[in-house]
Amino acid sequence: MRFLDWNPMSFNVNSGECMGLSGRSGTGKTLLLRAIADLDQSQGIVLINEKKREEFSGPVWRKKVGYLPAESRWWYPKVSQHFSSIEDCELEDFGFLDMTIFDSEVSRLSSGEKQRLALARLLSGSPEVLLLDEPTANLDNLTASLVETLIKNYCKNQDAAAIWITHDQSQLERVSQNQLVMKNKSLIEL
Amino acid sequence: MTASSQEIISLSNERICLAGLLIVALGFFTWKADLGIAKSLLISSLRMVIQLFLVGLILVYIFEIDHPLPVILIALVMLLVAGKEVSSRQKYKIKGFWSYGIGTSSMFVSSFAVSVFGLIAIIKAENWWDPRYAIPVLGMLLGNTMTAVSLSIDRFTTNVWNDRDTIEARLIIGETANDAIKDIVKDSLRSGLMPVINSMAIAGVVSLPGMMTGQILAGNSPDDAVRYQVVIWLLIAVGCGFGSMIAVKMVSKKLFDERERLRLDQLTVK
Repeated sequence: MRFLDWNPMSFNVNSGECMGLSGRSGTGKTLLLRAIADLDQSQGIVLINEKKREEFSGPVWRKKVGYLPAESRWWYPKVSQHFSSIEDCELEDFGFLDMTIFDSEVSRLSSGEKQRLALARLLSGSPEVLLLDEPTANLDNLTASLVETLIKNYCKNQDAAAIWITHDQSQLERVSQNQLVMKNKSLIEL
Repeated sequence: MTASSQEIISLSNERICLAGLLIVALGFFTWKADLGIAKSLLISSLRMVIQLFLVGLILVYIFEIDHPLPVILIALVMLLVAGKEVSSRQKYKIKGFWSYGIGTSSMFVSSFAVSVFGLIAIIKAENWWDPRYAIPVLGMLLGNTMTAVSLSIDRFTTNVWNDRDTIEARLIIGETANDAIKDIVKDSLRSGLMPVINSMAIAGVVSLPGMMTGQILAGNSPDDAVRYQVVIWLLIAVGCGFGSMIAVKMVSKKLFDERERLRLDQLTVK
């Protein structure tokens, strides 16, 4: 694929695997994920299981490629208003003791709780690809480790592919099978 | 000067100047208080005086000609000026022609259609274009619709700009563009329609609307004046409602592309 004035790039992420993506700040890692998620315009071919992006409408494509930014966004006052079906969410897997968190005000949640709930919201849509933009950047080590496990398990159980942006080299080694580095408007495979 | 109950008291230039003196006094006090509105207050007052006297002259001429063409021409001029006014009131404008085109076309569809319906089906003058009815009706509809449309568009584009992260967060989870902005659309339409809703709610209790006041001053019976005012308010509300809905829909179409991506590059900041 190709976007902005960057060099053409081509890469493949296998089902059930995670591709780590690193590079200095401002090199365009987030822009790459946004282009794959079809939030920004890009040229070229993006496929999931041999099916081109253009075969799906924008909303259907974005549901297939779940994008999780470092800072989650919430637009209703209560947590439950952001979930179409509460029954489908196994919140215990996300480190919550019970379902009462659903009745909470979003403004009263910690950043760790928000990020775990954002992940629960994302995974409840059963995406085939996960685009993870520093998903643990604002979390403590324990919560970051929990999020890592949740994502790894999801990819394994659902046969989903993931692209994971992080500046943490040890995290890259823990979560990814392959790694890409963004440098000089190009993508380099390690 | 005395007048019978059917004759309106003419206002001489001196009496009008007396009202103007009050504006000068207000301008002086706002200037002394450094409120920064004295200049625009005086310019707007002068514009109003010149524009109304000019339109008075034009109306005398149009009434004498008694032909639809001048009525249509003046209606078009009113529409184009209203479209320009809507465009100039936006902080975030759609790029290119559509900054002007959206306001103008939404007012054309709403104000013109509703005015023509009112003239043909409700007022039923001998000629629907009779300038004595057509121009005041269209003028009142356009004036109010212009305010509603410009408020709606301004609120909509400002909220989309400020809430772009939230809109994209909603798109990310697979929501359609319409779903992602539905709260903003609601808020924008409420903002645009609130003046007309408030005005209708207090009509006759707190204020007497301008058209009714004018008719009573001109010597018509209050019953006739009320009937005209009721129809006009209902037409204004319909014009404002449809105009705002069409305008917000057209702007939202411009702000999302065929893949339902948010395209803020379509906006320019004033």
